[in-house]
Amino acid sequence: MRLLNLIAALITAACFLFVSEARAQQFAVLGDTVYTMSSEPIFNGVVLINDGKIERVGNASDISIPDGYEVFEAPVVTPGIIDTRSVVGLSGIFNVPHDQDQLETSNPFQPDLRAIDAYNAREDLVVWLRNLGITTVHTGHGPGALASGQTMIAKTFGNTVEEAVIDSVTMVAFTLGPSVSSNFNNNPGSRSRAMAMLRAEFIKAQEYMNRDGGSRDLKMETMVSVLNGEIRAMIGAHRVTEIMSALRLQREFGFDLVIEGASEAYLVLDELKEAGVHIILHPTMVRTRGETTNAAFTTASVLAEAGIPFTFQSGYEGYVPKTRVVHYEAGIAVANGLSFNHGLSALTIDAARFLGIDDRTGSLEAGKDADIVLWEGDPFEYTNRVCTVFINGALASDKCQ
Amino acid sequence: MLRTALTLALALGLFGYSSALFAQERPIAFEGATIYPISSEPIENGTFVVHEGKILAVGTTGEVSIPSGAERRDASGFIIMPGLVDTHSHIGGGDGGDRTSPLHPDVRISDAIDVRSDTFKKARTGGVTVANVMPGSGHLLSGQTAYLKLRDANTIYGMLIEDENLHDGFAGGIKMANGTNPLRQAPFPGTRARSAALQRELFIQAQEYQQRMADDPGTTRNLRLESVVEALEGKRIIHFHTHRHDDIMTVIRLQREFGFRVVLHHVTDAWLVADEIAEAGIPSSIIVLDTPGGKLEAINLLYKSGHYLEEAGADVAFHTDDGVTDSRLFFRMAAFAVRDGMSREKALEALTLAGARMLDLEDRVGSLEPGKDADFILLTGDPFSVYTHVQQTWIDGVKVFDRDNPDQLPYATGGHEIYRGDFFDHYSTGGAQ
Repeated sequence: MRLLNLIAALITAACFLFVSEARAQQFAVLGDTVYTMSSEPIFNGVVLINDGKIERVGNASDISIPDGYEVFEAPVVTPGIIDTRSVVGLSGIFNVPHDQDQLETSNPFQPDLRAIDAYNAREDLVVWLRNLGITTVHTGHGPGALASGQTMIAKTFGNTVEEAVIDSVTMVAFTLGPSVSSNFNNNPGSRSRAMAMLRAEFIKAQEYMNRDGGSRDLKMETMVSVLNGEIRAMIGAHRVTEIMSALRLQREFGFDLVIEGASEAYLVLDELKEAGVHIILHPTMVRTRGETTNAAFTTASVLAEAGIPFTFQSGYEGYVPKTRVVHYEAGIAVANGLSFNHGLSALTIDAARFLGIDDRTGSLEAGKDADIVLWEGDPFEYTNRVCTVFINGALASDKCQ
Repeated sequence: MLRTALTLALALGLFGYSSALFAQERPIAFEGATIYPISSEPIENGTFVVHEGKILAVGTTGEVSIPSGAERRDASGFIIMPGLVDTHSHIGGGDGGDRTSPLHPDVRISDAIDVRSDTFKKARTGGVTVANVMPGSGHLLSGQTAYLKLRDANTIYGMLIEDENLHDGFAGGIKMANGTNPLRQAPFPGTRARSAALQRELFIQAQEYQQRMADDPGTTRNLRLESVVEALEGKRIIHFHTHRHDDIMTVIRLQREFGFRVVLHHVTDAWLVADEIAEAGIPSSIIVLDTPGGKLEAINLLYKSGHYLEEAGADVAFHTDDGVTDSRLFFRMAAFAVRDGMSREKALEALTLAGARMLDLEDRVGSLEPGKDADFILLTGDPFSVYTHVQQTWIDGVKVFDRDNPDQLPYATGGHEIYRGDFFDHYSTGGAQ
């Protein structure tokens, strides 16, 4: 059964490659409303795609479509959606050991694990997200270890990680909270011990950074990159206790901090604002149990009002559904007080800036990668499908989903 | 029958129903709303009158006579429709059968429910007024289910629905399952065929018990077989968890052999065998999730099953399986079925009247018709829009949720110390298998 599936998938992939190679690489996308995210929305807008890049964006009255450009039309056009915290590609659809690589449980501290060594570009969940308009994922090692490993940024396109990846080492994923204890047989078995262990690793890294010579230690090399700001520390923290611990660690060691999860962020707005920290907010619809018992549909709007920068995530799911869909999560935030514009910018240009990839994606501007989504209407409405997706100027999906 | 009557009298007399239940002495007329009665065409600018817990009238404003002395409320801008019927939920903090046996026909979920659970409060904010609360998970038969009215109750008797045809006097079904869900170490089955064999064996035992009781009413009572006999006699509906197409066909086969009434639950592969399901005349209670996968049986869980079942002419309802999905977002599931081709009308029916049929409650709930229970909700807009909220939820003519009430709003949105996190977790009870 699995073998047959694999063969079928390979044949499909081969056909798809052939078709996409043979098709025109010049497209014109016409939208009743085009949300460029770099300017006001354009009504009756046109986006020209040429050789993988956005060639021109403007009003239909100002742009004539050149000969040979294949035309696509949609009520709403947006930049490709960006998921700023996922585990897809490491976590697979079947949820069996064979396709679960987001968490390695032999050791609670493994910052040296590289996401690119485990990302499956052909994973069905990646395809699912691509068809729904998610063109870029910040994915990699999951929550649940003091340091579970590194993350990466990939386009949801391509047959190998090499084709998909646009940043191979983006952050190190740290986690504070009881999930670490349950994943590692209570070692660490308490909040303060977990902090003591992390602190010891940071101090070790400081010493490693300042030493003369000696053999290489990949864990410490990664930690040095965190300490000197080359890569960011993404700390998963839901309760106030964990959020404040993350801020405390940051003050002690001076690394570049991102807080992921943050169910109780609304209780410590002043502290978060003062720390200037970016929040990758938990999925809005996260199940309200355990660490996320106090999660609220309204947190995104509260953060927006407080002027705290945030983006959305699909996060990690241990059961069904195996991945969430980041703009579905944003939609619930928009239905609970966040403005439409902020909801959409958090999924596109804000996310691109946060990930440092806004030179390539996140808005519809000439010269950027042609990552474009065509919608049946308001992207947040449940009943509006995504009908066409372009990634890197190639037709990545043309079925309505 | 005498025993049933006694049970009922005890329940009503000793424990009493919510005192608010019969407090609505003055009729209330909601005027100017768009009304979706479900059993008939939508009414623009409608008037809806409730009195003493029942629906008095539904119709176009001006054509409905409003009783003198009625309280008149302006409901313009709102949609009024029946309260949602959730055909499969795990709210209430109950449990079900334990790991000593794969078959627990004598276990009643009603013995394990906390009426003060936050999960009930959440469900009301999502517009759910009736829920089939299920025991489980991970058994061939995990126990008897309870059909509950989500009244603001002081004890379980404030939520139970009386049913004099059943031994325990309260309405409910039986939860069964096949596929990988009940597969585990002995005494549980290790294969699909063994699962079916054990289920078949139970039905045969029940048939024999039924015959013994018919021959000699003085036969010693067998609590395990009693509820299965009720299922064989059609008094209790079997709610059968099943995902894969071949497992669905196994349920249909068992149903043909033993003639029980059954509703298929989850029915992941329904879109592959929709014609067979329709031909068998068996209803489906489906779940729609954002993304397929998470377990092997769910890799084909797509948005299109509702559409395919509707096309095939099969009866379809939805369920939250709360906490798998969140009761606050029940409408969202129907919207995703609409996204992939289900008609709006069928999707609304699938949230209400179709569910009521699958719980044998269609004479009381599921549509807005005179004489039915005054279980209804007010919506701020289109039922399938992400921007729409449930404004109010009413059960038996009593308002149990109002979004304008600052004490109740947090149950809809969440926040600090709003919930206790006390909900059923399929993952930790073996649901991942």
